[in-house]
Amino acid sequence: MKSKATLKILLAAGVMGFGLSEGALAQNSVKIGSVLSVTGPSSFLGEPEDKTLRIYVDKINAAGGVAGKKIELVIYDDGGDANKARTFATRLIEDDEVVAMVGGTTTGATMAMIPVFEDAKIPFISLAGAIEVIDPVRKFVFKTPHTDKMACEKIFEDLKKRNLTKIGLISGTDGFGASMRAQCVKVAPNYGMQIVADENYGPRDSDMTAQLTKIKNTAGVQAVVNPGFGQGPAIVTRNYAQLGMNSIPFYQSHGVASKSFIELAGAAAEGVRLPAAALLVGDKLPESDPQKKVVTEYKQAYESATKQPVSTFGGHAYDGLFILVEAMKRANSTDPQKVRDEIEKTKGFVGTGGIVNMSPTDHLGLDLSAFRVLEIKGGDWNLVASGS
Amino acid sequence: MRALLNQRLLTLAVLAVIISLLPFVFPSSYYFRVASLVWVSALAAIGLNILMGQAGQVSLGHAAFFGIGAYAVAIGPTHLGIPPWAALLIGAILSSVLAYLVGRPILRLKGHYLAIATLGLGVLVALVISTESRWTGGPDGMPVERLTLFGWRVSGSYTWYWVTGALLLVGTWIALNLDETPTGRAFRALHDSEVAAQVVGVDVARFKLQAFVIAAVYASLAGSALAFMNGFINPDQAGFIHSVELVTIVVLGGLGSVVGSIVGAAVLVTLPQALTVFHEYEHLLLGLIIIVSMIFMRNGIVPSLSGLFLRRARS
Amino acid sequence: MAEFLQFLISGLTVGAVYALVALGFTLIYNASGVVNFAQGEFVMLGGMVTVFASAAGVPLPLAALIAVAASIMIGLLLHRLAIEPARGASAVTLIIITIGASILLRGLAAIIFDKQFHKLPAFTGDAPIDILGAAVQPQSFWVLGGAAVVVVTLYVFLEHTLIGKAVLATAANRLAARLVGINTTTIMALAFGGSAAIGAVAGILVTPITLTSYDVGTLLALKGFAAAMLGGMGNPVGAVVGGLLLGLLEAFGAGYLSSTYKDAFAFLVILIVLFVAPQGLFGRRAVERV
Repeated sequence: MKSKATLKILLAAGVMGFGLSEGALAQNSVKIGSVLSVTGPSSFLGEPEDKTLRIYVDKINAAGGVAGKKIELVIYDDGGDANKARTFATRLIEDDEVVAMVGGTTTGATMAMIPVFEDAKIPFISLAGAIEVIDPVRKFVFKTPHTDKMACEKIFEDLKKRNLTKIGLISGTDGFGASMRAQCVKVAPNYGMQIVADENYGPRDSDMTAQLTKIKNTAGVQAVVNPGFGQGPAIVTRNYAQLGMNSIPFYQSHGVASKSFIELAGAAAEGVRLPAAALLVGDKLPESDPQKKVVTEYKQAYESATKQPVSTFGGHAYDGLFILVEAMKRANSTDPQKVRDEIEKTKGFVGTGGIVNMSPTDHLGLDLSAFRVLEIKGGDWNLVASGS
Repeated sequence: MRALLNQRLLTLAVLAVIISLLPFVFPSSYYFRVASLVWVSALAAIGLNILMGQAGQVSLGHAAFFGIGAYAVAIGPTHLGIPPWAALLIGAILSSVLAYLVGRPILRLKGHYLAIATLGLGVLVALVISTESRWTGGPDGMPVERLTLFGWRVSGSYTWYWVTGALLLVGTWIALNLDETPTGRAFRALHDSEVAAQVVGVDVARFKLQAFVIAAVYASLAGSALAFMNGFINPDQAGFIHSVELVTIVVLGGLGSVVGSIVGAAVLVTLPQALTVFHEYEHLLLGLIIIVSMIFMRNGIVPSLSGLFLRRARS
Repeated sequence: MAEFLQFLISGLTVGAVYALVALGFTLIYNASGVVNFAQGEFVMLGGMVTVFASAAGVPLPLAALIAVAASIMIGLLLHRLAIEPARGASAVTLIIITIGASILLRGLAAIIFDKQFHKLPAFTGDAPIDILGAAVQPQSFWVLGGAAVVVVTLYVFLEHTLIGKAVLATAANRLAARLVGINTTTIMALAFGGSAAIGAVAGILVTPITLTSYDVGTLLALKGFAAAMLGGMGNPVGAVVGGLLLGLLEAFGAGYLSSTYKDAFAFLVILIVLFVAPQGLFGRRAVERV
């Protein structure tokens, strides 16, 4: 019975803490909501997003808040479960009465939450990758990460420059991998690409040599593309080296854009190319680059606060938060409708992901120039000079 | 017999009163949403409990039928132009046909072997759903058209609270009645001892199959309801984790207890909502609460507590 | 031929891990009748504790020992705090308790460690070895060899030591074992500790290949359970054969059939096997006592 009593005390303490934090907050605050996959299979995306939001909301509040109000951040963890995400979305709107939302780690969770925000007319800046979030355009839904379609296009652009046209795909069967694979298949003809091998692996698989052996033995494969995120691409990359396939150019996606990929894949990552945001190569950007200041500052702030290497995933949350905050400043209001209108008018916003120019027909506002092609050399990201 | 009848009516009446009174204390429509989720999970759990609690057969793949029901109402109207209500029926029929066909060989297996076979079935269905993206939208899921009944567009947290509440009442009523029919008695005989049941002339295979099909239909209807309610569905709902959740609801609430399944659903659906205040300690506490309640209420919440009350009342 | 060999070794390596998880299931099941769904968490602990201990500067072999010891402790605690107090509860209640334990351990690992993926260096380098055209990671041999050592050790322990025989006696008939003076509670604790150790060893051996994180356990528990059932629950030989077979099915399924449906292929085979042999490949025919 002891553990039961302990539990009761814990619960009581929690409830009290909850009540206190609510009572202690000033009337003059604006609530911003977030539903993130802080745990579950997408936690490596959700966790940096969560930390980024917390770090910067504190910074903004310390500097006096926005439109004369302090930001009160409400974050819920959906554990990667879209149904839970939807419940939390309702909770944010109905119970917490937030005026805007920056969140939605995965495309699945985002798609499940969209109807809630559309119905309630609350602006929702999503952090999910797939193009279907903003295509077709929905009035209250925006997003900050580059789309998977853009990643395919950027990769194919680079391949075209290298005169490589026959490619093999090896994709994760998670939402990210499956969606990007579909986009790559769709845009391949536009770049004269021919997909000669098309293999898949489960998001938790631990050995992909079978699939890679098949690709290796497919006649005429000139390059291999791996749409996927999480630990899968790191294992694919290691198996790629193990099978001695390094002579075939290998492309990863923006789904591996964190230093931990290089650490996990080790020496096998040498020579791998990927499209990614400037954030990863902040220190290598020329001083004239407009993003230089933003990305180095974010990297510094994130790494000193968390002691973990920066990733573009957290950067998406940074972009989302500041697009929202600047819209609030411009509107000089926290009214959801006015804020939405201002978000749509975002022009020339310099974020970690690129320079954002939104419009009523474009709720992402990034073009292909936001992506840089990187190559891993000497255990670090390097910009590939255009044309090489 | 009359006492039993009264007890059944009493259970139903209490449930109906709770469903109709809760809205008076709910401060926002978020609470309606959570309550609707409880009703839907309870419906699926009641069905599973007929299989597990009454017929004594474990299924670790029951979310498959939940998924079939959900995707039937997603795919039918979107891709095939079937009216949503008809898609719901087709989903239930598909689930029962699949349960019938697969149930025949599977239910010959016993104990953990049945568990792994149903688990395999669940994995297969979930895999097909997340792979055939042309039809199902793949792992990211697909939108579901709103349900329209005789020109009435069913949407909104309040509406769905009442629709799912009514569904739960009907489901509860059927399950309570089933308990007292010859079929229900045969189920319980199965649970106690299959061999003994066979000896006294119960057609074991047939009744197990019946329980399996009934459980599949319950799950399918619950899945359809959730899909309509969310306006969106993804493969997680058909997955292994969801199957385990359903089993946990049944066992936590109490094997064989219809009310137990509702209480179990209420606990397991609202707990994660309540535990959000603990942030990163949420999962740790969830696990702890499951362990502690199973240790102290090993027959499930409802049977254990009602046993306690009865003993108190007597002494 | 090279292709076949490549698939074979890939399948055996992954299968060896499934086999060790299945062996853990079997050991606990035999001693206590509990299907322990927290078995995958032992594999996670083995990997994660080693990663964090070695990151803290502990030499790798010592870090591995610490990981095994920590897992054994968690295994014993699991038995003492969660299983023992629920003694006599129905099998399905005990399963739910282990599911709760698995959620709890995962939550604990997320707090104590982190939610990132981690790796360990391969024990003897990364340079692949060429075997008749198939490229094999040296670590694969560590996994296969390590699994073999675990299996042989377990066999010798069970067949040739007094305590081992007591475990077997408990597995055969718990009541009879108690009547001849075997302390079945101790035996059960032993089984949980042993099973945790096996899981941890699997986690340490395989992390250089597969990477690890706080939530690798769920899928491994599912696959290990499937392997144990395929082989026949309660039979250690069945667990090993079932594990290897499952790994091979996945590798050959991915290689020769469809990588998208390789898991479906594996589970279809399990279903077919169970339809033909309802007690698994090596299972005993259980007789229901009336």
